[in-house]
Parts: sequence; C-alpha cells; structure tokens
Amino acid sequence: MPYSELLVKPMREELTSAGVEELRTAADVDRFMSEQEGTALLVVNSVCGCAAGMARPGVRLALTEGPRPDRVATVFAGQDLEATARARGYLPDIPPSSPSIALFKDGELVQFIPRHRIEGRSAQDVAGDLVQAFQASRPAAAAHESAAPAAS
Amino acid sequence: MGTFHQGKHALHGITVVVDTVGPEVAVGRCDDIDEAQVILHDADVHRAGDGGPSKEEWVARAAGYGVWPKHRRLVLPRESVASIRPLGEI
Repeated sequence: MPYSELLVKPMREELTSAGVEELRTAADVDRFMSEQEGTALLVVNSVCGCAAGMARPGVRLALTEGPRPDRVATVFAGQDLEATARARGYLPDIPPSSPSIALFKDGELVQFIPRHRIEGRSAQDVAGDLVQAFQASRPAAAAHESAAPAAS
Repeated sequence: MGTFHQGKHALHGITVVVDTVGPEVAVGRCDDIDEAQVILHDADVHRAGDGGPSKEEWVARAAGYGVWPKHRRLVLPRESVASIRPLGEI
C-alpha cells in the first residue's frame, strides 16, 4: 500500500529539485524510453531509508560532479505502481530492486546498480560509481576532449 | 530521512545471504533476526546439489543483480543458520 503523499513528497523533491524528471504513468515511462539516442539515467526511487536515503543524495552528487547524462528520470516504487512496473519492463532480465539505478546508452542498458550495491554505502560512494559510469558512457570524442590538456 | 526499524536487528532492511548448515542458501531482505529465527522478505532459496550450481556459484550470480523474489516472507530456524552476511559485501 502506498505511503502518504505528504511523507514521500520530500523524497520526490530530493530528485526533482536536481532536474530529474518524474515519470508518474506508464505513458511517461514509454515516452522517456522511446527516445533512444544518447544516455539516459533512470532512478527507481523508494521510501526505504536504508538504501534510498543514500541513493538520492548519491544521484544528486553525481549529477553535479560528473558529465550529466542526456536525460535523467525517476519512478517511485511502491507509490507510482503503474510507472514502476512499466519501467521494470524495460529491464526484463533483472530482478525488481528498489532503490536502483539504471544507465542506458542508445537504448541499451550499460550499468545497473541494484539495491544491495547501495545499502551500507555512503552517498559519495554511490556518486563515485555513477560518475564512473557516466564517464564510461560518453561518446569517445567528448571523453577525449575533456581529457586533452588545455591549449596554450 | 530516517529509517523505520525501531526494535529490529541491525541488519533490518539489508539484503543478506543466509547460509545454512544444510544444502540450502537464501538471499533476501532481512526483516529481523533473533535467538529463534531469521526472517527474510522477498527472498529466494537455492538448494545445492543435484547437478545444479554450488552454493558459491548461486550466491556469486545473486551478487550481480539480486534474486527474483520467490518468497514474500521466509522464516529460517536460527539453529539451521551457519552464517549471515550482506550480499553487497560479496
């Protein structure tokens, strides 16, 4: 049974205030996933304090520190049931996990961080994994550009 | 943002591997542990042998993306439990 909206509102806002688009319906998820070009980060948010309490700040940190994915969105497990079920449909071989974080490149899953890889870790640790994944998923030219020394 | 586990074991909410003294090993989200039992939520159990994967192989696979929940609530008698450790540490 979903928690009170009053309780989850700050948990939603922790991500939306960082520019993460919230997907509330299956149609929202389909629209987000139908655009395949580039990189897309999908965060499965959750009420669970044990892991989501680190996942949300980890995502926020990563979005400010790393090369930002082209599109970033979230569904809320246990709250927006239809949207979450549809999002999981795009990860058919992966057991349901919330919170969890999926990174897609050109429509292909390139990184998945399940709940048990978030539990017991700090937001900085989670952000570190994400920044690494963001960097690895960048087009080669962009990665080379940022690695090149500044012209004198 | 606090957690909601007043009065529960320190591993409450953590995904754990519960190895037993027998051929079974389980992975699930720990609800509670006391002197009598270990309670897991959204768990799966593997029974080693019969030509299937060993306990270690099954746990290594689970450490990748987790397990498909086959038991909404699984209760394991404490005396059958050999070890409990977070799946994230594997």
